[in-house]
Amino acid sequence: MAKFIVKRIGYMLVTLFIVVTATFFLMHSIPGDPLAHMARNLPEQTRENYYEKYGLDKSTSEQYLIFMKNLVTKGDLGESLRYPGREVTDTLLTNASVSAQPGGLALLAGIAIGILLGIVAALNKNRWPDYIVMFIAILGITVPVFVLASVLQYFLSVKLMVLPTTGWGSWQNVVLPVIVLSFGTIATYARYVKSNMLDVMGQDYILTAEAKGVSKLNVVKKHVLKNAFLPCMTLLVGQVSGIFTGSFVVEKIFGIPGLGFYYINSINDRDYTMIIGTTVFAAALFVFVQLVVDIAYSIMDPRIRVK
Amino acid sequence: MMVNHDVTDRMENIPDEKFTIIGIDKDAEAPTRPRVGYWRDAWRRLKENKVAFAALIILLILVFFIIFGPAISGYEFEQIDADAINKGPSAEHWFGTDDLGRDLFARVWQAGRVSIIIGILGAVIASVVGSIYGGIAAYFGGAVDDIMMRIVEVLLSIPYLIIVILISVITDSKSLGTMLVALTLTGWCGIARLVRGQMLQLKSQEYVLAANALGVAPIKIILKHMIPNTIGMIIVAITFDIPGYIFSEAFLSYVGLGIQPPSTSWGALASAAQQNFMFYPYQLMFPALMIALTMLSFTLLGDGLRDALDPKLRK
Repeated sequence: MAKFIVKRIGYMLVTLFIVVTATFFLMHSIPGDPLAHMARNLPEQTRENYYEKYGLDKSTSEQYLIFMKNLVTKGDLGESLRYPGREVTDTLLTNASVSAQPGGLALLAGIAIGILLGIVAALNKNRWPDYIVMFIAILGITVPVFVLASVLQYFLSVKLMVLPTTGWGSWQNVVLPVIVLSFGTIATYARYVKSNMLDVMGQDYILTAEAKGVSKLNVVKKHVLKNAFLPCMTLLVGQVSGIFTGSFVVEKIFGIPGLGFYYINSINDRDYTMIIGTTVFAAALFVFVQLVVDIAYSIMDPRIRVK
Repeated sequence: MMVNHDVTDRMENIPDEKFTIIGIDKDAEAPTRPRVGYWRDAWRRLKENKVAFAALIILLILVFFIIFGPAISGYEFEQIDADAINKGPSAEHWFGTDDLGRDLFARVWQAGRVSIIIGILGAVIASVVGSIYGGIAAYFGGAVDDIMMRIVEVLLSIPYLIIVILISVITDSKSLGTMLVALTLTGWCGIARLVRGQMLQLKSQEYVLAANALGVAPIKIILKHMIPNTIGMIIVAITFDIPGYIFSEAFLSYVGLGIQPPSTSWGALASAAQQNFMFYPYQLMFPALMIALTMLSFTLLGDGLRDALDPKLRK
C-alpha cells in the first residue's frame, strides 16, 4: 500500500512539473510584448522599470528558474500583468472560494439525486420509472448548459420574477446556478449508476446470494450497491476539481465572480501571469483530486492494487 | 472360407456397365441462405433497433438541410436587411431574423456546416491518431508500451478545456483549423487507451495464438484479426465523440474563443442570441434545438451501433 501511494505521488509530481513547464514556455513563446497595452506610451525609463519589475528583461530560461523557485518555495505565482499589485495566488484563492459555493452545493445535490434516480431506474428496468429517468438523463446530456441557464432565467426570473437573474451576494443568487450546474451531474450519475448496477446484478455472486435465499432488499443493499458505487468514484475526479475552477459558462451567464469568470476575463485581457497561474492551479487541483480518489479507491477495492 | 470366396467371385462377375458415375451433387452442401458478412449482419441489427434507426434518419435529414438549407432559404447567410430586424418566424423568414436582419434559416444551416465538420473531423482525426498510437503501444509492449501509456496518463490529467483554451490563446487564431488542433490535441488519448486495451486482449486470444503457431505473418494477423476486431469499437467511439466535439466547439464559440464573424457556428449563434434572449427567445431556440437534436441523435446512434457491431452481445 505504501509503495502504491509513493508511486502515485511520484506520478503526480512529474505530471505537475510537465504541465507547469509546458504552460510556461508555451505562454512565453507567444509573439508580441505582454506589456504592450500599458507600456507603449510610457517614457523610456518607466518602461524599463516595468520590465524589470516583472522580470521581462531577463531571458526566458532565467524567468523560468525564478518562476519555479517562487512557486516551489513560496507558492507564489507572481503578479497580475493587467492589474499591478494584485497577487495571482491571492486572486485565485478568493475566486476559487466563490466558485466553490454554487459548485459544491450543485455537486452534492447532483450526486444525491443522480444516484437515487440511477437506483430507481436499475430496479425498475424497462418499466416507466426507468424510462422517465433515462429521459431526464438524456436531456441532461444533450441540452447545452447555456440553453438551460437562459431558459430558467427567462421563466423564473423574467416571467415569474421569483429569483434574481444575475448577481452575487444573497442566497437567491445561488439557486439558479445550482440547478443548472447539478442537472448535468444528475444525468451523468443516473446513467452511470444504472448501468453499473445492471452489470453487477448479472454477476454470479448475485445469483449465488439469491439462490441462498437472501432477501431482495439485502441483495441490493449488501452486494449490488456496494459494488456498483465503486466505479462511480472515478467520475468524481473531474467534478470535485471542477467545483473550484467553476463553470466558465454558468459563471458568465449568472455573473458569479468565480474562477471561471476571471479566467475568461484574463484570457480576453491577455493577462499572461493570470493565465499561467490559473492553468497551474486547475491542473494541480485536478491531479491532486485524482491522487486522493486513486488512493481511496484502492483502499476500498483491493482488486485494483493487484493489477 | 467358402463364403468369402463366393463373394469375391460374385464381385468379379459384375459387369462393368453396372458402374456408372452419377457425379457429386455439389449444391447439396451449399448454404440455402445468402452468406451474411460482418457488415451486413451489423446493418441488419441496426435496422431492427428502432431508436437507433430513427436517430440515423434524423441525422440524415439534418445533413440534408445543412447541405441544401442555405440554398433553400433564398437568402445569403451574411445578407443584412435593415427593414427586417429581429422579425419572428414567418413565411418569408422561416426561423425569423437576427439583430442585423439576417435570415436565421440560412444562418442556422450555414452554422451547422461548421459545427458538423468540427464534430466529424475532430472525432475522426482523434480516432485515427489514437488507434495508431494505441496499436503501436500494444504491438511492441514492454518498455515502449510503458512509456507511451505514461505520456497518455500525463496528458489525460490536464483538464481538457484548459488545454483547448490555452491553444487558442497561444495560436491567437480562431480559424476552423486551429479549433480542430486544439480540440484533438488531447482528444485522442481516450481512444488510444481503448484500442490498446482491446489489442492486448486480442493478442492473448486462442485464435491469434493458433494463427501464430501456424506461421501466419504478423502483418497478416494484424490485417485479418486485430483490425477487424477493433474497427467496430473505433466506429462506436467516433459516434460517441462527435457530440462531444460539437459541444466543445459550441462552448468555445459561446465564450468568444471559437469561430469568429463573419463565419458562424451553432455555438456562436447561440451566444449572439443569448444577449437578446429576454426579448427574442426564438433566436436561441433554433440553434439550441439543432445542437440538442444532433447530440441526441449521435448518442442514440452510438448506443445502437455498439449493440450492432459487438458480436459478443449477440444473443
